[in-house]
Amino acid sequence: MSELIIDSVWKEYGDQIVLENVSLTVASRAFVALVGPSGCGKSTFLRMLLGQERPTRGTILLDGEPLPAEPGPDRGVVFQRYSVFPHLTVLGNVLLGKELMASKFKARLFGQARRSAIDEARQLITEVGLSGAETKYPAQLSGGMQQRLALAQALIMKPKVLLLDEPFGALDPGIRAEIHTLMKRLWNETRMTVVMVTHDMREAFTLATRVVAFERPRDRPEEKERYGATITRDISIWPPRRAGELSHFSPDRDGPVVLQGPRRDDPSSSPSGVR
Amino acid sequence: MRWINTRPNRGAQLALMLLPFVLLVAAYAAGSAARLAENANDKLLPGLTGFADAVNRLAFLPDARTGDYLLWSDTAASLIRLFAGLGISTVTALLIGMAIGMLPYLRALLAPFVAAVSMVPPLALLPILFIVMGLGEASKIALITIGVAPTMIRDLALKALELPREQIVKAETLGGSSWQIALRVVLPQILPRLVTCVRLQLGPAWLFLIAAEAISSDSGLGYRIFLVRRYLSMDVIFPYVVWITLLAVLTNFVLDRIRIAVFPWSELEKQ
Repeated sequence: MSELIIDSVWKEYGDQIVLENVSLTVASRAFVALVGPSGCGKSTFLRMLLGQERPTRGTILLDGEPLPAEPGPDRGVVFQRYSVFPHLTVLGNVLLGKELMASKFKARLFGQARRSAIDEARQLITEVGLSGAETKYPAQLSGGMQQRLALAQALIMKPKVLLLDEPFGALDPGIRAEIHTLMKRLWNETRMTVVMVTHDMREAFTLATRVVAFERPRDRPEEKERYGATITRDISIWPPRRAGELSHFSPDRDGPVVLQGPRRDDPSSSPSGVR
Repeated sequence: MRWINTRPNRGAQLALMLLPFVLLVAAYAAGSAARLAENANDKLLPGLTGFADAVNRLAFLPDARTGDYLLWSDTAASLIRLFAGLGISTVTALLIGMAIGMLPYLRALLAPFVAAVSMVPPLALLPILFIVMGLGEASKIALITIGVAPTMIRDLALKALELPREQIVKAETLGGSSWQIALRVVLPQILPRLVTCVRLQLGPAWLFLIAAEAISSDSGLGYRIFLVRRYLSMDVIFPYVVWITLLAVLTNFVLDRIRIAVFPWSELEKQ
């Protein structure tokens, strides 16, 4: 289970109130999209769920337990940029989580343990469509491939909650559509709750089970400092989507998806070989 | 076409690269010939034969007094000091620089101190070093370390701080402890910069080495230059300066090759 309960959370930086009185209960295995204008505190809210920042007031519970004050392995994350490590290969990036968890001092695995971890990592790499690129460094991958790598890297930890901070915002539309299909499939197959910040309404409504809008109810210049943003809309998608269940209404839109073949964002799969 | 858009082809690039060197040698040869024509015993700008004689005497004939081949024994003495100093600085810089870059408490404790220490002119400390550590090798190595390490520490701390916060957070979500993140995320990304940092500090390191050898030593490239200065032996000084330059250029080149070979990804990132 992985239920998030956010109870009257405030976030203030000095005199400036960024978020006020945000309460939200995210059911286990839900996919929540956070939308809203720039600077309305969506990312701040996500960073609080991550543990990178602490609420000024209010509490956040994960499965009834207060959230630890720092990021941990129960919450995975994919940022828009800098999510993967430039000094590790694709395989090394996915393997890192396994190595950090299993080997306390050396942070490396050897022998049998390493082989089985590699097997698991390879499986995940295939799952996100990166097989064949295991020995490449992130700088040799396209933006879409880097984001899929970041997903694989986060998923090997089997996090309870996956947090996405505009993960596909920098990708062009065709590639974005493909990665949406992948994202939907991963969400259907894994047992995690997803919270995603996005600017793209279409993306929010394509992927999420629920779209939550943040807004400043008072946005006049002289009020800006003292009134923060809060939740103004909370829309459940209808017909409802449920993780791992085929939708009766439009299976191709909401159901688990199958995906094969090379991806459009792989430079080596394009006819000219260059992008 | 605008000047900013015109580029030399390969041949032109090579010719342009060599041009300043050729010009320098030609200017010297002309000056030397002019002076030697006036006075065959001129010592200020000796001719190329003079250099050949001196190099032959120093590099390939044993010294009459000690039996050493002076150029090589001087080179060995200097390089040992140089690399000892640079080695100590590198290790210190890596440890302290990473600590400052990663741990806010140590940053608060050490960053201002290191910044202040790096402003102390190292040569002003040389007499103190000689008094405290004697005239032997220790004081020379210490001078190089004091001269070079603070800058390296600051550079590496900055580099560690520059790592995107996202990466550190990501590593935390992968279950990394402070130690593990230092070992697997920060250290490998700092090492290429460390190599570059050493390359940039080669110049200052040689400066401090020559300075220390000039004042007190019985061997070393700097010692030799300052020794023969008394006899106006430009035929020795010039080849020694060229040799020192060559050693520094070579070290610089080899270090960069090592960086590319060991950290191939650091070259990819640049593109």
